[in-house]
Amino acid sequence: MNAQLKTHQLQATNDFVVKFANVNGSGSASANELFAKAILRMGVPVSPRNIFPSNIQGLPTWYEIRVTEQGWLGRRGGVDLMVAMNPQTWNQDIKEIEPGGYLFYDNSRPMPASKFRSDITVIGMPLTEICNATYTDPRQRQLFKNIIYVGALSALMDIDPSVIEQLFSEQYKGKEKLLDSNVKALHLGRDYAKQHLGPIGLRVQRSNNVGDRIFVDGNSAAALGCVYGGATVCAWYPITPSSSLAEAFQSYCQKLRVDPETGKNRFAIVQAEDEIASVGMVVGAGWNGARAFTTTSGPGVSLMTEFLGLAYFAEIPITLINVQRGGPSTGMPTRTQQADILSCAYASHGDTKHILLFPEDPKECFDHAAAALDLADRLQTPIFVMTDLDIGMNQRLCAPFDWDDSREYDRGKVMTAEELEAGKDFGRYLDVDGDGIPYRTYPGTHPTKGGYFTRGTTRNAYAQYSEQGPDYLYNMKRLLQKLDTAKTLVPQPVLKAAAKPSRFGVLYFGSTSPAMDEALEALREMNLHIDAMRIRAYPFSQPIVDFINAHDQVFVVEQNRDAQLRGMLINELEFSPKQLPSILHYDGTPITARFITQAIAERMQKAGVG
Amino acid sequence: MADGRSVASSPLPSPLPLAWKREPISLPRDRGGGPGRGLLASRSHPIPTPRPPNPPQPRDSAMTYLAKPKLHHPSLAQNKVCYTRRDYEGRVSTLCAGCGHDSISAAIIQAAFEMDVEPHRVAKLSGIGCSSKTPDYFLGNSHGFNTVHGRMPSVLTGANLANRSLLYLGVSGDGDSASIGIGQFAHVMRRGVNMVYILENNGVYGLTKGQFSATADQGSKSKKGVVNSDSPIDTVSLALQMGATFVARGFSGDKKQLVPIIKAAIAHPGAAFIDVVSPCVAFNNHPGSTKSYDYVREHNEAVNRIDFIHTKQEIVVDYAEGQVIEVEQHDGTILLLRKLHRDYDPHNKIAAMNYITEHQAKGEVVTGLLYVDNNAKDLHEHLNTVAMPLNTLGAKELSPGRAALEKINQRLR
Repeated sequence: MNAQLKTHQLQATNDFVVKFANVNGSGSASANELFAKAILRMGVPVSPRNIFPSNIQGLPTWYEIRVTEQGWLGRRGGVDLMVAMNPQTWNQDIKEIEPGGYLFYDNSRPMPASKFRSDITVIGMPLTEICNATYTDPRQRQLFKNIIYVGALSALMDIDPSVIEQLFSEQYKGKEKLLDSNVKALHLGRDYAKQHLGPIGLRVQRSNNVGDRIFVDGNSAAALGCVYGGATVCAWYPITPSSSLAEAFQSYCQKLRVDPETGKNRFAIVQAEDEIASVGMVVGAGWNGARAFTTTSGPGVSLMTEFLGLAYFAEIPITLINVQRGGPSTGMPTRTQQADILSCAYASHGDTKHILLFPEDPKECFDHAAAALDLADRLQTPIFVMTDLDIGMNQRLCAPFDWDDSREYDRGKVMTAEELEAGKDFGRYLDVDGDGIPYRTYPGTHPTKGGYFTRGTTRNAYAQYSEQGPDYLYNMKRLLQKLDTAKTLVPQPVLKAAAKPSRFGVLYFGSTSPAMDEALEALREMNLHIDAMRIRAYPFSQPIVDFINAHDQVFVVEQNRDAQLRGMLINELEFSPKQLPSILHYDGTPITARFITQAIAERMQKAGVG
Repeated sequence: MADGRSVASSPLPSPLPLAWKREPISLPRDRGGGPGRGLLASRSHPIPTPRPPNPPQPRDSAMTYLAKPKLHHPSLAQNKVCYTRRDYEGRVSTLCAGCGHDSISAAIIQAAFEMDVEPHRVAKLSGIGCSSKTPDYFLGNSHGFNTVHGRMPSVLTGANLANRSLLYLGVSGDGDSASIGIGQFAHVMRRGVNMVYILENNGVYGLTKGQFSATADQGSKSKKGVVNSDSPIDTVSLALQMGATFVARGFSGDKKQLVPIIKAAIAHPGAAFIDVVSPCVAFNNHPGSTKSYDYVREHNEAVNRIDFIHTKQEIVVDYAEGQVIEVEQHDGTILLLRKLHRDYDPHNKIAAMNYITEHQAKGEVVTGLLYVDNNAKDLHEHLNTVAMPLNTLGAKELSPGRAALEKINQRLR
């Protein structure tokens, strides 16, 4: 029954890539995630990625799991075991398998030898046949097929079944019937594999490399950061890949933010009619002293830009979480990119500069979301948290969330009724402290003092309408002064210096981080030493300037076509373009360590290492 | 991981200790209370505080606006919150002399004064356009917000979510609300945001010199002689359709009718919409216009004239028995409707829609209180938010704490 096309077989323990090719809507996602979690529970780090189409169901979907003893969390590239459950993508899926790799497929209907490759091992299992013989309900036949293949794979790879059973019992707590039927399907798969399929070279062995890390997606993490950071107003409009962030915020708020005495909500969430309204509500709430945020993706930011200009110029604190996807236009709505850097940094018309934060993983999504709410209040300006689909929608191992219970929210320069009463001079746009940040008052503060008119037109330091050039210049220059202040408040870059001095450097940011970590190690093994700096925010602070100055060449690695961050570095810091060569990856898949390693190695060797 | 010689990482910004940072104090003259109620003088809690001093005068001599001199005659009458009518004024209007919008500002001033609204407890928001400039011309001590064209409703919604204890006054125009902003207009009504939304409706874009707006009647002529071929949008019908719980139409030239309508809208605990026909003297007050003073006066069909009174206050109205119905509001205040038409019932939404449509077909402008829902609920009730304004909650109330986070961490392993 098995088409065992004999060849050299890959042998690996706790270090391989499994990819599941499924049909969207077949219920495979939870089975695939179960497989990943089982390995995690055995103490072996995994890094899974959803690769899914922009449709509801019926089209291809993939789930790629990197099993990685060393803990590399980027994509490696290549597939060692392909679980090919979608005939539609058969040819494409087979091509991706590494030489010596494995193909697992449903051989209920025999396939000709020409459909296989000669350099891989093919493992066939009559999944449909087994399901049809066991279950009568069509949906059950479909769903349990997924569990059965998880069971078979667990047997082939030595994954402890008790670990999976434990996961089932957690998932189906109180639903014994479901628990029993899933356990039954699991063992159906295991028993078949043990009786009919030979062992394969990919194995999972218990390890202790997960530590206390948590396994979570960036959208959930950012949502939780907004809860802890004190966001009370969320207005949003559904758009992939950001929708699950607002939904997670709602879910966390319902669990964590209901007044226990009254049952009333300490939050307000509105699903707006569009992105314009969602940011408008956030502007209104921010103006009125509430911590407010919206979450969106590229096209949403485009729609919000008029309001972003207003918030920038009128100096209203708002937070936006942009879970970036492939653009322009609808681009690749379910694929990842870092391509909204320019459109967010300079959103709206006229001269604007907005603060951007670049979290690298779910932990930083949590931290940066909470910090963004502080920064928005402190700086009275829009703050963008720039995540992307890769971080936002994929579960990733990261450090556990942490919170200091003594932390107070930084509400920024808010003048109180008491201070106004004491005669403190209030000019809404008056730069009292020389940091570019004026004081504000919340509406309703004082009967006669502190009231002012907010508008998008020019005004003087006392918020009075003005069309005078000097008033305009005063405000525009002060906004730059504020940006300078921001440089000292935003998350500072992280330096990863090479083991040996190098005249090469590399700058990167956001979701590129795990692939970069692995690439740096690979380069080191090739005796190629390069200093690395992870940028965590715009405006660029002095350490970034110093880093570029300290190297002959600094590669800027980005996941977009036009080297957007590099362009900003050149323009804003006035570096020569030659000093900042680009390394770009923008096909919509998360950047891999292989890609970075190869690109840097080639260029360093070309330029003459050392 | 990539071993380096050193790894430098700076922590995320933490709240900095600031000399000017102080604990919040209670708001002066703020009597708290539930949504939409703390603004009105309660008869059980008279406000004896003296009239506050004049606000500081602007300092910049290069300003491009006109400040109104704040001279108070000692004999000026004060209301229950110790303000004179002058305290409800704003800057000098820069609109054309005779603009209907100025009459509406005057009606707002009178209504707020008579309702004993504390000016600083009002948030006035607008979009862009002639009408949207007007919030500068009334309630000078309140916070104002000129937002972007057509998008005032969303900003007002967010502001209202942040602090439910203020009175939200949205001022808009027909270009602002019926064209670019019709989406937000529709949605703010259906959400039931507690506000008074005044649409200053002149059928024309004044600031850009006379183009038709979406409320201009089909067949009406612009000042330049262009005939409008598009059907008009009737904002009153739209507001009814969208779920506004208080819908009225007034005429800027009929202050006697307009002021009580505004007062009733202020007392209404939900989305209150007032369309005010307000002729544009510069671009839409000519014989071809259906939004001119003359046209509206000739075609005004008033369904009722209302008086607004507080609960238990003596009713002083001149009316014949059988011609008045009482409308009790959520907060106990009562509307008296002087019915010019015996059969008109402002509680019947379907009848109101039919009535408006029927008279529209005759070319008549129906004015008065067209619909009110006595059991209106507002957005905060829909969202079940706490009574305390959300903008007053701090880390103590909002952060679930480290222990809860550790439990979450545990579930994610």
